[in-house]
Amino acid sequence: MSELKAFFSEEHVLHELKHYLPNQAPLKDFIHHNTLHSFQEYPFEEALRRARLAFGYRVYRPLAEYRKTFFEGRFSESVLEDVIQNHFGAALMEDWRRNLLYKAYDTSSTSSVGNLRAHWKSDHKLNMDKETHPILFRWVSSFLDQGIGFAGFPYKDLSLIEAMRKLDSNSFQGVFKNSTTRSLLQSVTSLKPLLRLVVGVREDLYECYLFDQQFAHPGWSGMVAVLETTSGSLLDRRKISLKDFITLELLLEVDALISKFGERFPDVSARLEDFNNDYFIDRPDDEYMKVLSLWQEVSEWNYYDQVLLGMSRPQAIASYPVPSFQSIFCIDDRECSFRRYLENEDPACQTFGTAGFFGLDLSFKPEHGLFDTKSCPAPITPSTVILESESEKRHRKDNHFHHGSYSLLGGWLLSQTMGFWSALKLTASIFYPTETKSMVSSFKHMDKEGKLTFKFDEKQSREGFKVGYTSTEMADKMAALLYSIGLVEGFAPVVYIVGHGASSMNNTHYAGYDCGACSGRPGSVNARVAAAMLNMAEVRFLLIERDIIIPKETVFIGALHDTTKDEIEFYDEATLGEIEKNRHFNCKSVFEKALRKNARERSRRFLLIDSHRKETSVHRLVKKRAMSLFEPRPEWNHATNALCIVGRRSTNRHLFLDRRAFLNSFDYRLDTEGKYLTGILNAVAPVCGGINLEYYFSRVDNYRLGAGTKLPHNVIGLIGVANGMDGDLRTGLPAQMINIHEPLRLLVIVEHEPQIVLNVLQANPVTKQWFYNEWIHLACLNPLDGKIYIYKHHVFKEYKFCANHISRLDSLEAIRIEEHDNLPVSYLEAQP
Amino acid sequence: MKLDIVILLLFVIPFLGFISVVATSGKKETLISKLAFVFVSMHLLAVLSATVLWILSGNDALNIPEVTLFRSEEYVFIIDFYFDKLTVFFLLVGSFIMLLITRYSRYYMHLERGYKRFFATILFFYTGFSLTVLAGNFETLFMGWEILGISSFLLIGFYRERYLPVRNAVKVFSIYRIGDVGILLAMWASHHLWHENITFFKLHNQLLVDSTISTHSGIGLFIALCLLLAAAAKSAQFPFSSWLPRAMEGPTPSSAIFYGSLSVHLGVFLLLRTHPLWEHQWLARVLIGLIGLITAIMGYFIASVQSTIKTQVAYASVSQIGIMFITLSLGFENLVLFHFLGNAFLRMYQLLVSPSIVSYKIRDQFYHFNPERKSIFNFLPQRLSNSLYIWSLKEWNLDSLMNKLVFARAKYFGHRLDFLNQGNALFFLVPFYLFGVFVFFRYTNSEHGLMGYFPEVFSFIGLLLVFRAFSERIQPKLAWLFILMNHFWVALSIAFNEHFDLSHVVLYLSGVVVSASIGYFVLHRLRSAQPQAYHLNGYLGHISRHRTWAFIFLLASLGLMGFPITVSFIGEDLIFSHIQESQYLLATMNALGYVFSGIALIRMYSRLFLGPDVKLEYPTSLKSA
Repeated sequence: MSELKAFFSEEHVLHELKHYLPNQAPLKDFIHHNTLHSFQEYPFEEALRRARLAFGYRVYRPLAEYRKTFFEGRFSESVLEDVIQNHFGAALMEDWRRNLLYKAYDTSSTSSVGNLRAHWKSDHKLNMDKETHPILFRWVSSFLDQGIGFAGFPYKDLSLIEAMRKLDSNSFQGVFKNSTTRSLLQSVTSLKPLLRLVVGVREDLYECYLFDQQFAHPGWSGMVAVLETTSGSLLDRRKISLKDFITLELLLEVDALISKFGERFPDVSARLEDFNNDYFIDRPDDEYMKVLSLWQEVSEWNYYDQVLLGMSRPQAIASYPVPSFQSIFCIDDRECSFRRYLENEDPACQTFGTAGFFGLDLSFKPEHGLFDTKSCPAPITPSTVILESESEKRHRKDNHFHHGSYSLLGGWLLSQTMGFWSALKLTASIFYPTETKSMVSSFKHMDKEGKLTFKFDEKQSREGFKVGYTSTEMADKMAALLYSIGLVEGFAPVVYIVGHGASSMNNTHYAGYDCGACSGRPGSVNARVAAAMLNMAEVRFLLIERDIIIPKETVFIGALHDTTKDEIEFYDEATLGEIEKNRHFNCKSVFEKALRKNARERSRRFLLIDSHRKETSVHRLVKKRAMSLFEPRPEWNHATNALCIVGRRSTNRHLFLDRRAFLNSFDYRLDTEGKYLTGILNAVAPVCGGINLEYYFSRVDNYRLGAGTKLPHNVIGLIGVANGMDGDLRTGLPAQMINIHEPLRLLVIVEHEPQIVLNVLQANPVTKQWFYNEWIHLACLNPLDGKIYIYKHHVFKEYKFCANHISRLDSLEAIRIEEHDNLPVSYLEAQP
Repeated sequence: MKLDIVILLLFVIPFLGFISVVATSGKKETLISKLAFVFVSMHLLAVLSATVLWILSGNDALNIPEVTLFRSEEYVFIIDFYFDKLTVFFLLVGSFIMLLITRYSRYYMHLERGYKRFFATILFFYTGFSLTVLAGNFETLFMGWEILGISSFLLIGFYRERYLPVRNAVKVFSIYRIGDVGILLAMWASHHLWHENITFFKLHNQLLVDSTISTHSGIGLFIALCLLLAAAAKSAQFPFSSWLPRAMEGPTPSSAIFYGSLSVHLGVFLLLRTHPLWEHQWLARVLIGLIGLITAIMGYFIASVQSTIKTQVAYASVSQIGIMFITLSLGFENLVLFHFLGNAFLRMYQLLVSPSIVSYKIRDQFYHFNPERKSIFNFLPQRLSNSLYIWSLKEWNLDSLMNKLVFARAKYFGHRLDFLNQGNALFFLVPFYLFGVFVFFRYTNSEHGLMGYFPEVFSFIGLLLVFRAFSERIQPKLAWLFILMNHFWVALSIAFNEHFDLSHVVLYLSGVVVSASIGYFVLHRLRSAQPQAYHLNGYLGHISRHRTWAFIFLLASLGLMGFPITVSFIGEDLIFSHIQESQYLLATMNALGYVFSGIALIRMYSRLFLGPDVKLEYPTSLKSA
């Protein structure tokens, strides 16, 4: 908050508010991001302390939980000592050990935001929130509604305030209770005169008041702030601004005050004496917070230690002169175990990982679709549109969502006809879940049988709408892709490019389950287009100039992995020649087996599935989850993520990392300057870091930073969810996504020389901030000496391990599928 | 006589299911859900076999007196079951829906805090539902009705650590209670009309009913209106409609079964069950139809402007029930049953799939976007359409209307007694009461004219004390005592009213006094444990610290409000039977006292124990969340 508060600057305060408010788009564009992005300028520990003081958030796990884990022997004693040692040296070891393990602390929290507005209740016996919130939420949600109400908002093409004005003057009773408020609505142009009425003469309090007011319902305020800048997130567009929204709220407050006290109503500061208007403070000497942050480090290094130890001791892996096939996956942690099974089924194959948009900044316009949909990372504005043709229509109507069923006569007719059909449908879907029209299926995103226009097409392009890529663009993008993952020679006869998506039913957060690198869509279009490009003779010819020689017999095949159902769909199989088809056929069966085993391993986290049943029946049960009306956890998505490895697969192929690692392939030998590493880290930090921190905060404070349990959620205007009919929009992740998540910060491990990594960070201050402020940990596996280095305060220091060995798994069959909790890092015995 | 036993089972099975889930450890998710599923399946089987047996035995309506709980010369309290087409119909639908929901919730509720509580509460609800549907007289029906009210409260406030669910749970409970005034008075009036606790079986003896009502048309109309009040409140008809969307705070399957399908149609059931009492009174029929008509139209308009899916389903359902009321008033009972069936299933399904609407509709728009939405609003003149839009967005102001008309009044009366506080309440009230008792013993046989006013005066004082308890913000114990005192004033007023055995008073007061002492003890303990956070001015959320106390206090509150867990419930009914036929005022005041003490007690329980943790030791949501 500003230093100078004596004068109120509307522009400044609005800017500050937008900085702090949750930054979450409407449901259809849900993308993971750091929940506490507004504190990212501070080091992690300080940021969390500040956020807690200002807003009262819980920012760590409960103290009791850390202690319990320790006393159960699940944290190592030496890690604990190591952490204390690093912070306080050996002299204070005993004191801090005692603090961590036994000392009692007051665990309650307070917040400064909200203190001023609390005076309505304490000084004036007025429950302001109760008077204004329900009606405010109803106005703004009706205005933004994307299609639930069947009577649209009148004047929805105007801005919120203009629409309210017009509605007010063109109706019998007006939108407020009192005529004073109605005339204010027509005349007011800035916030200050309204604040003068509500807060009083003390301008220094205005900023506090607005913070109190907006953070009493951060969900709605955040949504409005997001829509102010990205109105494209709504298919049915609206003009709305945070200023309009606050104006409306202040008017409603004035209206409530007049109704209660008459025209000469008091302002909130009327009886205010001392008031500390500095909301954003820090208390560095808070011992309780220090204890929690130390515990957090203990929990983190307790895990990292095993990983780093495992990585520092590579195991011999049988090598094959020619790989049987290669497969490029998304970096996504859900592919981690799938890749492991592929390699296990066919040890001669190779797998790679990279951001799942495969370097293609495109948007996709399905045939019959009226809009195009972005399919590349959120910060990138796509330059190119891919058109679809010859596809079948992929949307079937379900009359249960039809407006008619809510109307008077329609409802009368439908309830007595369709009502009985509902009973049958419901019974069927409860006892035998099957595909329905209302489910989200990753394979519906693009029609497998359709055609894609990905070559530059001048005729269909127009200003701001470029259809397809030119050959040079294709070659550039594909060269960059192949160089960054280190696949420039030794191509196998078949190379798969596999995007991923998810399927679910009754899931409002469906977009968060798809590919994050594709803006929350399945990656099918990107994978298919990338494969098709690499099959083009023209592109291969241009790639030769870029020192990549792809053998003639090599064929690329695009595919989509459904991470919920563990199914895969291959594209353009019809274009394959006879020999290629045979090769592909052999690989396909490897994929099928790997999928089944992957499903079986995933099932250990699904308590209601008995993993010891036959593999095929476990797989069938896993698939069923995606179609079940009553399943709030179709899959665990990114839960338990904790690692990101940027390096060759050989650095980790010998390790069992459960499903906790984002794996990005990268060959330091091809990148002595750090050019590709820059690209990778610039993407990894916000994408994987964002996912990781959103899971972290949703887990440690699911009530305030997460969306709470999703079981009572009510869909609001198709843009968000709330509890009940009068609740604020909920941001963050619902409890059902984070039950099993262990909140650890991400550890990025880069296989490269420390100095090169430092150079890369130095040149990219935005990316550096993530690591420097310790929102993400960074380690370096130096290929020259095989040692591990840890990044702290601008330097890399050699890491000393606490553990001296990790366990060993004889085979993947030995994974304890009866265990529901996290499994330890282990060596995998190499397959013959 | 096999059928008798099967019919008894129809109530016993859900009750045993409830008990067995309560007795299971909360950690055993699978066992809990399996128990629930097994009991509900058994119930469905029992319903099916009862239906078959009943049809084979000639499908005549059956009356089965089960247990006589109390008997004196002029008064009998019997748990009585009735089995006819309507019973069969509601039980079949109810049992089937319960089966779906228990299976659904087994997965849906997985890992949720309160898993056991959820299953226990829906089985408790189902016990109440079965009892209501099987009831053969008003007393039995009322017991079921009360269980429905409490289980509704528990399920709406399922997320008891958040503010809005708790507030809305209290709100809905209060409106249900208002409806209970109707049943209480109907019960009282019909008792006098037939000089016994009449069974529904006898009500179907058209001759008897017609002859009685034609000679007592005033009281006949009174009964019909009371029933309409109870039915309208339960089925969210005008002017009570605004509670229904606010009840959608629990997990979606509970909203679906309660407010989508079963509970919300019980108003319709009540009218169907008691139709002999109103079908020959044109005024009652016109009123039923009128209320239905207003609700149907209102529900349609409100549904059309809703931007939240559950609210929309709620109002759509309300307007369909409005149509059922109209159909009822026209006399097409079978049509109503058919409509109920379809509406229950449709709305339940719509609620259960409601989260899917985001992906479905977004996808739909992606392929068929049309910014223009067509509705009746497009065909009205702009000014009228705008006004209707605003009016409907504000839900016709029904929510604030309820507040102003009922609860603000109660508070107003309560505040008239603000001079009574911790220090002087006993000082004023005890001598006054002793004076009453003295007069009672001294002049009990005197024919003095003043004596005739005493019952009303004492009862009024009792009622005022209840209002005072309702408006109390600071002292929980004081509020608690005021409610206890109400029972004593009521007892005194009835003692003046009619000569009867004092044992009736003892029966009435015994359960109340025991409950009151237990509750008082809990309050005492709570105050010494939490001296800083012990008041009624906001929700304190002590349940996270004091779960056992909270549970005991809830039971004590139920006892003190005359819920059928103590003998006071019978006493309550007995007391009513001593109010004479002409004493509408006295009966109304007593009924109001009964109802408002329930509201005040649930409010107390909620404020002390539910809501976000006031000490912020436990993670807490924003109030607006």
